Amino acid sequence: MERVIARWLPRTYLTLVYVLLYLPILVLVVFSFNASRTGYQWDGLSLHWYESLFNNRAMVKAMWNSLWLALVAATVSTVIGALTALALHRYRFRGKRMLNGMLFVVMMSPEIVLAISLLALFLLIGMQLGFMSLLLAHVTFCLPFVVITVMARLSGFDERLPEAARDLGASDFTMTRTVLIPVIMPALMAGWLLGFTLSLDDVVVSTFVSGPSYEILPLRIYSMVRVGLKPEVNALGTLLLVFSLVMLMLSQWILMRSKR
Amino acid sequence: MTKGARQPFRTAVLILVWGWLLMLVLAPNLLVVGTSVLSRDPAEFIRLPFTLDNYIRLMDPLYLDVFLHSLYMAAVTTICCLIIGYPFAWALSRVSKRRQTLLVFLLIVPFWTNSLVRTYALKLLLATNGLINNALLAIGVIDEPLTLLYTELAVIIGLVYLLLPFMILPLYSVFDDLRDELLLASHDLGAGRWSTFVHVVVPLTLPGVLAGVLLVLLPAMGMFYVADVLGGSRNLLVGNVIKNQFLDARDWPFGAAASVLLTVAMAVLLFAHRLSRRRLGEEGG
Repeated sequence: MERVIARWLPRTYLTLVYVLLYLPILVLVVFSFNASRTGYQWDGLSLHWYESLFNNRAMVKAMWNSLWLALVAATVSTVIGALTALALHRYRFRGKRMLNGMLFVVMMSPEIVLAISLLALFLLIGMQLGFMSLLLAHVTFCLPFVVITVMARLSGFDERLPEAARDLGASDFTMTRTVLIPVIMPALMAGWLLGFTLSLDDVVVSTFVSGPSYEILPLRIYSMVRVGLKPEVNALGTLLLVFSLVMLMLSQWILMRSKR
Repeated sequence: MTKGARQPFRTAVLILVWGWLLMLVLAPNLLVVGTSVLSRDPAEFIRLPFTLDNYIRLMDPLYLDVFLHSLYMAAVTTICCLIIGYPFAWALSRVSKRRQTLLVFLLIVPFWTNSLVRTYALKLLLATNGLINNALLAIGVIDEPLTLLYTELAVIIGLVYLLLPFMILPLYSVFDDLRDELLLASHDLGAGRWSTFVHVVVPLTLPGVLAGVLLVLLPAMGMFYVADVLGGSRNLLVGNVIKNQFLDARDWPFGAAASVLLTVAMAVLLFAHRLSRRRLGEEGG
């Protein structure tokens, strides 16, 4: 008896917690296909809310704004993050520990602390809040995640390869381009996907550093869900969840494949 | 070494990286600290003279209540996450390796998905005519709907729901490193289950606990949208206060002081985490 409990109790517990974690998401997805206007009763299947979503021009515009911002932010943070990781991995330089420390602090500190510090900076230098301020902020909070993804890849790497390339006369730049970049490619792609998703989902930092000239999706959702229930949000939320899930699966697939 | 001059690539990379971090991390944070000791100005946000008034005002009963209430909700959230997450992480680390890959993947999913959307999804469950009330009414447990939404409980449920994976992942990583041989050795040396747990398991998993607390406690004070969507106007977090001061009340120095307070709390927790790891390292070898 005791062995049966010892065997099944942990499994039951794991299952229960997973069910609780996924139940709200499931409800959201199911309700996004609900015909009901009030959003609580089930009135049959309908794609009505998806339709009204795509007929809302301001919404579609915010969607494109968000996707464009995420695309640029992910790309810039991947480039800078990869260079940072390479520098931390290969070079000895002054203040290396401080650099590491700053990246760690960005990752650990509450988003709101980062958000107000950037707002203060942008207003001090007189920058108009809009695409540029959002981009700088998003790149900054994505950066540490790209760096650790690439560092993880570099740490299991045969150090003799770059040495060999140097001995054969390659310059630092050539060696990086022909030896290191191909090695870290999977990590770059995974870091890019993570950055894209983080940028697309960010509410806290964007609340502070966005301006009326560039409206993005998370802030539109935020203004919609503060009061009551909006069936359109069910549809929009479902789309965002599916999108993020695809990005995550893609990233896992890339990393898994590269391990073989 | 004078290699720098002969390595333009290295120099360029270091300038770019340092430039970015100094401009967008160090400088802004210094600005916030600076702002927190200045006076408020209705037009220009801040002005001289220097003052510690903002920090003293944090102790004002009006705000102190909000902070303590926020700290209380964050603490309850952290404890709930720990109580749910500790046995969960242990059970997870004992599952076969092949299943673990899938199960850990299921834990990472929340990190990649929109937390605002998931907060909103909870609303569908908690509302007066939401799913939980409908279900309880249908099976006759209650006669009239419970008030779940816009309460302290709703905020705590929301925070636990969003932050639980951040508690579980560091715990899972320490449990995964915990060798079965150690537990067997403890058993062979005559320790009972309880004694093994207290003297072997708890000390070895302590860094994971502290990392989890760090990843849960601070965000639980900052995630203002959870309080906005689920808590109504009376269950505010420190994050709501900071946001209101910066975006609505326009009292930047005061908001900055509240933010410095959060940063100091983070520093203390980080220090405790390092200390626990170092102690473990010394004992281990």
